[in-house]
Parts: sequence; structure tokens; C-alpha cells
Amino acid sequence: MKNILSSTLNTIKADMDTDISSPGRYRLLRRKIVSLMALVTLLPLLSLAGINYYEHQNTMTAEIQAPLRALVGKAKHSFELFLAERISAVSFIASAYSFNELSDDANLQRIFQVMRREFTGFVDLGLIDPTGRQITYSGPYDLVGRNYSEQAWFQQVQFKGTYVSDVFLGFRKFPHVVIAVRHTTESGQSWVLRATLDTMHFDRILAAMGLGPGSDAFLVNHHGVLQTESRRYGRVLDKLPFELPPTNFESNVQSVREPDGQNVFIATAFVADTDFALVAVKPKPTAFSTWYTVRIDLLFIFVSGVVIIFLAVYRVTSLLITRLQESDEQRLGAIHQMEHSQKLSSIGRLAAGVAHEINNPLAIINEKAGLMRDIMGLRPDFPEKEKFARQIEAILRSVDRCRGITHRMLGFAKRMDVKIEVLDLNAVLVETLGFLEREAEYRNVELVRELAPDLPNVPSDHGQIQQVFLNIMNNALAAVPDGGRIVLRTWDESENFVAISIQDNGCGMSDETAKNMFEPFFTTKKEKGTGLGMSITYGIVKRLGGEIKVMSKLNEGTTMTILLPKHSVEG
Amino acid sequence: MEEPNILLIDDEEAFVTTLQERLEMRGFSPRVALNGQAGLDMITQEPPDVVVLDLRMPGMSGLEVLRRIRKGWPGLPVIMLSGHGSDQDFESCLNLGAARYHKKPLDIDVLLESIRAVTQGNHPAR
Repeated sequence: MKNILSSTLNTIKADMDTDISSPGRYRLLRRKIVSLMALVTLLPLLSLAGINYYEHQNTMTAEIQAPLRALVGKAKHSFELFLAERISAVSFIASAYSFNELSDDANLQRIFQVMRREFTGFVDLGLIDPTGRQITYSGPYDLVGRNYSEQAWFQQVQFKGTYVSDVFLGFRKFPHVVIAVRHTTESGQSWVLRATLDTMHFDRILAAMGLGPGSDAFLVNHHGVLQTESRRYGRVLDKLPFELPPTNFESNVQSVREPDGQNVFIATAFVADTDFALVAVKPKPTAFSTWYTVRIDLLFIFVSGVVIIFLAVYRVTSLLITRLQESDEQRLGAIHQMEHSQKLSSIGRLAAGVAHEINNPLAIINEKAGLMRDIMGLRPDFPEKEKFARQIEAILRSVDRCRGITHRMLGFAKRMDVKIEVLDLNAVLVETLGFLEREAEYRNVELVRELAPDLPNVPSDHGQIQQVFLNIMNNALAAVPDGGRIVLRTWDESENFVAISIQDNGCGMSDETAKNMFEPFFTTKKEKGTGLGMSITYGIVKRLGGEIKVMSKLNEGTTMTILLPKHSVEG
Repeated sequence: MEEPNILLIDDEEAFVTTLQERLEMRGFSPRVALNGQAGLDMITQEPPDVVVLDLRMPGMSGLEVLRRIRKGWPGLPVIMLSGHGSDQDFESCLNLGAARYHKKPLDIDVLLESIRAVTQGNHPAR
């Protein structure tokens, strides 16, 4: 248990450390936490339910067994009493009358009549002398003169004094039991009195047990042969389909599996002075019917509990994971932004160094060219003055261009001071468009303006906004083919933002390019671009408190959308 | 009026000598020092009317030279030149009492205008 917990915890910890951008990580984490929490919360419930089930079952079993045991005990006593009475009756007659009196047929007839009146169940009565010969007989058959000396029961009664036989079917095919008693006088003369009992009375005793439907009770001898009819296992003298469990004289309940697979409770007890065992059978489902009703209620409570716990665990975990995911994303975003600004700042330092190094030689070229012009100016007779003047002008113009470049680089490097003024963005957009209109016209590119006439003025930096627009429009113009189309839109985005979009139907970008387009030095224009334009644009928009978004599809075009705050932001 | 006496302090010899020559063509007689210490020595020998000083020099920096000039010759106007155009530099120079600040490369006419302005007592200004 401890091992399972710690290993699950370890895998969760390991998951927390793995790459947070890996897909499916949160799903896996959620699954693991849910299983762990469910395990921790459900395990006590399950063990409690298990213990409860076990205890309850024991109690219920005891409650089923006790009445069954008592019932068998009582019925056994009824049998013992019944048989003892009959044996006593036969024994009394054997003792009370002399051999001669019993040898008289009329006498025996009379005694038998009285006996039948006083004790139910007797079928016949006969006197047998010590040699095993039937002397007299009173009953439905003619048995006088029969010799029993070779029969086992006769030898047993000679030996033990009394004998109760197993059940057998008589000539009329109904079950009987024989009771035989030996009597020996003081003079040493002995005889055996033999009576036959109808076992109908056994059935009455069993019926008096009042067993429910499906239950059964019967007598069986120690060979497992039925002595009375059984509801479950057949007729008299059939064999029991299973081994009788160990039995003694105290009634005893055991659980037995029948050959057909049904589990039953069997209560057994030997009936004293006989070879019989009394058996009562109660099938388990019947025995447990009350118990099952209780169980269903408990099971319902248990299952609802499990479901509620599981739902709660799942809900809490989901909430937790969502929060975790959000915070991871925020952290990732922050790291990304930090990386970006760090990159920008190191590039800024690099640009500043480069600009500085170039400005000094540029100043020398400027002065040298200036000097050449000065010298020429002082000498009106300078040969080919015009031609040289043109060359010098070209040099100075180039110096000017270089100065422009280095100043822009320095501008990128230095922390740009934002000069906020209230701007009409439509006007700034149109003004910026002025720089590009000639190129667009020349290349037959259609410039469409869909500007919201009631766009609110926003506080922003004119120069920087213009640079942003210019950078994006330049890219759009570079992307569209001759005869292409660029659409400029402005609209009131929300309570806090206005939006400007610049859409072209140019070559578009791959997802990879779109992802990297704001990175410094990332360019697709090869040697024609510095790779700083979009990076600067991004920096400016962020500094102005805005957002910049790109939507692009390869060969279909690109839409850049800028959101600018309506109210000035700190920082 | 006589043209002001100019001292140029810059470690870029090609730049400063060419500038000297061009100024001479315009009727000035600027002196040249190729490092800060030499410049200060020249000021000690004969104080000029205006100093044109490069910001970044090996050894003693332009800012240090400026600081010493302000200390020793409080009335002497200094025009700072720099190839590096950071706002901090610009602010430091003005705080230390530079009269003007120009980015290299610059037009000689702009420099001349500054020289005229500061020697006529119009400083401090840009």
C-alpha cells in the first residue's frame, strides 16, 4: 500500500518536472492525481464495507444456523421419544407375559389389539423362540413357523437385547421399521418379541417441523440411504447424492455444496438407539433473503458514496489542473516576453556599438569630402569642376544615408522615450500611407481604406505609431504581387481598445515564420532586410500598452491586427 | 570682429586635421590636440574662445576633460561631439555644463553656427 502510494507520488513529481509544453501532460497528471486521491479516499471506505460485510455475514449465518439447529434438536427428541415409547411397550409386553402366555395365539391377538390402541404405528407383533422360529404372530401376514436364526437382526437382538431395523419395504410396499426385544427369565429361558412399525408417523414428526418452501427434512441411515421421503433427494431407500457431513448426537449445522452447485445449510443429528440421522436442509438464498434486502440498501448507499467521492475528487483535481495549466502558461508567457526583451536589449547594445564605430569613420569621410568641396569652391579654374562636384555630392549623400541608418540603429538601441499625445489614428494611418502610395501606384497595388469614421482618439506616440504602421505596411507591400490588394481597417474594438488591421493578399507565412516573425534578426527577405523591423514594431506596440496579432496562411495572405489602449497606461 | 580662437580636441587624427583645414579655409586658426591631456595643456598655455571636444577618447575621456575645463576655466564654452548618440551622454554633457552637443558626422555649417552662437555669449543652449 505504502509502495503504491509512494510510486504514484513519484510519477506525479516526475511529471511536474517534465517539459511543461508536452501535450497530454495535464491529462496524464489529472488521471494520476484522480486515481491516487480516489485510492486514498475509497480504500478506507472499501475496507470498512468489506469488514462490515464479513461481520454481517457471520452474524446472519449464526442467526440462520441457530434456529435450524434448535429445530433439528427438537425433532430428534420427538423421534427418540417416539421410538423409546414403542421399544418400551414391546419390552414391557415381553417382560410382563410369560413365554406360554405369549405362545397362545388368542392371547397374542388380544395383547396386540391393546397395543395398537395405546400406541399408534404398530403393524404386527410376533413371538420368536431362541432358535429363531416364529411361534405366534398377530398381523396382516402369515409368518408362523418362519425361522429367523440366520438373519443378522436376530443375531443382533440376541446380542444387544433390543434392535431397531433400517426402514424396509414390506410385502405391501410401504415402509416399515422392525423393533425387536429379547427377554430372558431368571431361570434362563429367553424369547424375542418382534413388532413392525409403520413409518407414517416419522413423516408426521418431520411435517411438524414446519419447514418453509425449498427446505427439507428426512431420516437417513449411516450408509446415506434415505429412510423417509425427501423433497430434494428422492424417495425412501434412495441414496443421498452427497456424503453426509460428520455427525454426532448433538445437532450440528454445516454448509454443503450440492452436486448441482447449490449451497445449502445442513443440520444433522443422530437419533439415539437407532442407526438413523435426522437431516434438515435449508438452501442459502432462502436463508439469506432478509439479509439480501438489507444488503441492497447498504449497497446503494455505498455505491452512491463512491460515486460522490469520485465526482468530488475529479472536480477538485480538474480545478487544480486547470489552475496549474493557467499558471504554467502565464509563466511561460512571462519567460517568453522576458527572453524577447533581453534579446532586444542585447541587440540594442550591439547596434549602439556598431553605430558608434561606423559614425567615426563616417565623420572622417564627411570631413574629407567636405574639404574637397571647399577646395574646389576656392578655385574657380578647377578642371572638370562640375563632374567632381557631382561625385562629392554623391559621397555626401551616401554619408547622409549612412548617418540615417546608424541613427536608426541607435534609436533602436536607446530606450525610446515615449511622447504621448492624443492621436487620430485614421489620420496617422493615411499620413503613413503617403510614403507608400507611389510605390503602390507604380506596382498597381490596390490600397483599400475601411476606416471607422467615429474612431475615438487615443493617447499615443505619433512617431512610434507611424513607425509601426510603416513597418507593417512595408511588409504587406513586399508580400503582395503586382496588382495585389492591401486593406486597411480601423474599428472600435472594446471598452479599452481600438483596433487597426492591415490585411494583404500576398504570399502569406508558414506557421513557423509567423511564430518567429517578432524575433530580432528573423527575416525572410535575405540580405534585403535587417530582421529588426517586426521586432521593433512588437517592442513599440508593447511599450504603448497594446497588442499585436498575426493571422497568416501560406499563399493566401496575412492580416496583422494591432490593439491600442484608449486610455494611457503606466510605464 | 576677429574670428574666435578655437581648440579642437579629438583622437581621430584624420577627422580633426581635416576639420582644422576646413576651418582655416573659413578664416579660423584652430589648434588641434589629439588627446585630453594635450588639450588641457594647450588651454593652460593659451585659453581659447571655444573648445570643440570629442566625447569618446582613449585615456582621459571627453567627459573628464569637460569636467576639468569647467573647474579651471568656468567661462570657457565647450561644444561636445560624439559618434555615439545616447541620451545619457547628451544629458551628462549638458549637466556638466557643455554649451552644445552634436552627433558625428555633422555639417560644418552647423558646427560654425554653434561656434558663433556660443562665442557671442548665447550659451547655454543646444
